[in-house]
Amino acid sequence: MSTPRLQLNHITKEFSGVKALKGVSLTLMPGSAHGLVGENGAGKSTLIKILTGAYAKTSGEIIYEGKTIEGMNPKKAKELGIHCIYQELNIANHLSIAENIFLGEQPTKMLGLIDWKKMNSDAQAVLSSLQIELDPKTMAGELSIAQKQMIEIARAISQNANVLIMDEPTSSLSERETEVLLSLVEKLKSKGVSVIYVSHRMPEIFRVCDTVTILRDGTYIQTLPVDQIDGTNDLVQLMVNRKLEDFFGKTEVPLKDIVIETRKLRKDGIFKDISFSVRGGEILGVAGLVGSGRTEIAEALFGVMSLNEGEILIDGRKVNIKSPREAISNGIGFVTENRKETGLVLKRSVMENISLANLSLLSGGMFVSNKKEKEIANLYKQKLNIKTANLEQRISNLSGGNQQKAILARWMIQKPKVLILDEPCRGVDVGAKTDIYSQITEMAKQGTAIIMISSEVDEIVGMSDRVIVMHEGEISGELSRVDINPDNIINLAFGGTVNAK
Amino acid sequence: MQNNTTELKTMNTKSDFSKKAVHFLLDKGIAIIGVVLLFIIMSIVSSDFLTVDNLLNVSRQSAVLCIMAVGMTFIIITGGIDLSAGSQIAVSGVIIASLLAAGVPLPFAILLTIAAGGVIGFIIGGIVATQKIPPFIVTLAMMTILSGLAFVITQGSPIIVSNEAFRFLGRGYIGPIPVPILLLVVVSIIGYLLLSQTKFGRYVYAVGDNEEAARLCGINVKKVKMGVYVLGASITALAGILLASRLSTGSPNAGTGSELDAIAAVVLGGTNLFGGEGKITGTLMGVAIISILNNGLNLLNVPSYHQLIIKGAVILLAVWLNSLKEKRTAA
Repeated sequence: MSTPRLQLNHITKEFSGVKALKGVSLTLMPGSAHGLVGENGAGKSTLIKILTGAYAKTSGEIIYEGKTIEGMNPKKAKELGIHCIYQELNIANHLSIAENIFLGEQPTKMLGLIDWKKMNSDAQAVLSSLQIELDPKTMAGELSIAQKQMIEIARAISQNANVLIMDEPTSSLSERETEVLLSLVEKLKSKGVSVIYVSHRMPEIFRVCDTVTILRDGTYIQTLPVDQIDGTNDLVQLMVNRKLEDFFGKTEVPLKDIVIETRKLRKDGIFKDISFSVRGGEILGVAGLVGSGRTEIAEALFGVMSLNEGEILIDGRKVNIKSPREAISNGIGFVTENRKETGLVLKRSVMENISLANLSLLSGGMFVSNKKEKEIANLYKQKLNIKTANLEQRISNLSGGNQQKAILARWMIQKPKVLILDEPCRGVDVGAKTDIYSQITEMAKQGTAIIMISSEVDEIVGMSDRVIVMHEGEISGELSRVDINPDNIINLAFGGTVNAK
Repeated sequence: MQNNTTELKTMNTKSDFSKKAVHFLLDKGIAIIGVVLLFIIMSIVSSDFLTVDNLLNVSRQSAVLCIMAVGMTFIIITGGIDLSAGSQIAVSGVIIASLLAAGVPLPFAILLTIAAGGVIGFIIGGIVATQKIPPFIVTLAMMTILSGLAFVITQGSPIIVSNEAFRFLGRGYIGPIPVPILLLVVVSIIGYLLLSQTKFGRYVYAVGDNEEAARLCGINVKKVKMGVYVLGASITALAGILLASRLSTGSPNAGTGSELDAIAAVVLGGTNLFGGEGKITGTLMGVAIISILNNGLNLLNVPSYHQLIIKGAVILLAVWLNSLKEKRTAA
């Protein structure tokens, strides 16, 4: 057996005391493709960032062709030939293909002028070697996403990449484009390039990878030759398999009438055939991978995104929601997944953040009642256990958990009929999580219909009365209380099937 | 890695006190301390400065700037800017002068001029809110258009107004207090209440801080943006009337460049040029700094060309301090 191209031994990574990676090992052979799989948050991205030098490892060894590498950084990684194609493509649309390939390393002639002739012919050579049929003089902006991705690969190859990391390369490609990309991966392998292939799409792993490494919660689980795995369900089984802690405090609430119902919602290219209903007091979990269309459904319900087709009914009455304002007046609340970007007004106080959606309730005429505002903010501060020196404090000084509670308070004051929660506990510490879960349950008790989108399988299992699972823009399955378990959810999320009990 | 963090922490505690001092200065003090400092320096270097006559004079002269700056504060808090405010001064001065010359009764002339300001604001706000063109560009274009309009209306030469009642606005007294100062106080109080006590004020802050979050809270972002430009231009029209009254003339050259003084006053007063933060009280301090600086430099016989350099440097200093504050709060 030849020497491995790259070896990772017991890599750990801590972020201010929290372990994101716990002793992960991986061996990469020349000319082979190595699959890297795991749920969201399993540690794949962290591992990639350590490999490309974006993060420094806390401990462990990186061995490149037999030599131990210390102090990895982006420059060194590039010199060694380790390149990564990220999901967000790094292409300058206003430059030509050739310029993009040689970005920052354009061949020059006298006086530092760019040698266009050489650049174009070199670019042509790289493209032909990968059998990519594109004219190097074409502007990158005219290319499809799949073609841009190929340009990035060509760029890496032109810089003598011998380890190519591909992070979810097919997530925005069509089936045909995926096929072209996969055959390109085959070609790279035959040229001796080692590929680390990260994907949520199991068939692709089986198609191009020789071996696969499974991560779960930052822990190394197993490395297996692909031909020893029995199929998608088997692989998924290895990725989940965990015990549940019960800090959700889920209590059964008697269900009332249907509050919100959707019929065949469709948004071209994002989701289709979305039909579900939620009763008062019910918590509907919405599971699925990031990018499966979960958030977009919430946005459509809240009037942020328009629909191509479909009906939304509230209390059995058809509603036409075209803006968040109309959604709110129809009794819908929405806690978004990214509180800093779409939730908080960071320069303002905790109180102003709590009252922002509720000023009409707190005003007589045009003037805001300072007294009412303070009273209600204080009430919810206590109710949700928001830890802040005072309500006039800038909200940016609070911890993530307390910020999230303030946003939850904002919507609780509205007493909405429907509350949509998108990743309600992202970046929230355990203590605050318990507070948030108990408030969600409290709202359900009061008869609110709750739609909870989450990537945390535990959260879905622990909180939901019913679960719908999204896969590539469609509902791949609905689970009622007895069938809600991690295996079923993950299987459906990856496009697999449910194990019948 | 671990070591680095501990080191950093000890460094933090060491400079904690000085940091707090700097923070206080940046957060509350710049403008106030600026005013006090300028006041003291001017009193010392010029014996003419600290007299009732001169101080009344400074206040009266600052009225136009102050009224403009109050409107500009709302606009800048939403993350916008109005470069056409100076031209609006000229246009409204020219409009009221023409109306009076045509025999329109004074109260109607005033209302019509302010309404014309509102229309200008509506056009700017409409373009900014619905067409997603940066306010900088929209108002830069509007600056040229309005300036041209003022020249077209007057055909290049100032319109002299001989209406005695009109002169009262800019030069009259009610009791011992000059009318412009009364107007300044009234506009400031209304601006203060509107910004700090009403729903509209809250929406202005929210839109400037995080437009998307504001929209998701059910705020009509477009309406708020239109609102600040209509408000700003209406108030500026009032300032234009005041200036025309003081000069007894509607001149197409009046107010040229005054938008920069207004913006400078707002920024000096601690309003964040990127939006989301700012107060009317701060703006008043900013106006005081610029007015005292203008007056003081005049009393000291600093040539007007040199004054420009000094004023520019002060504005640069203010923006720099503002950016320091930004960095501190981001960190």
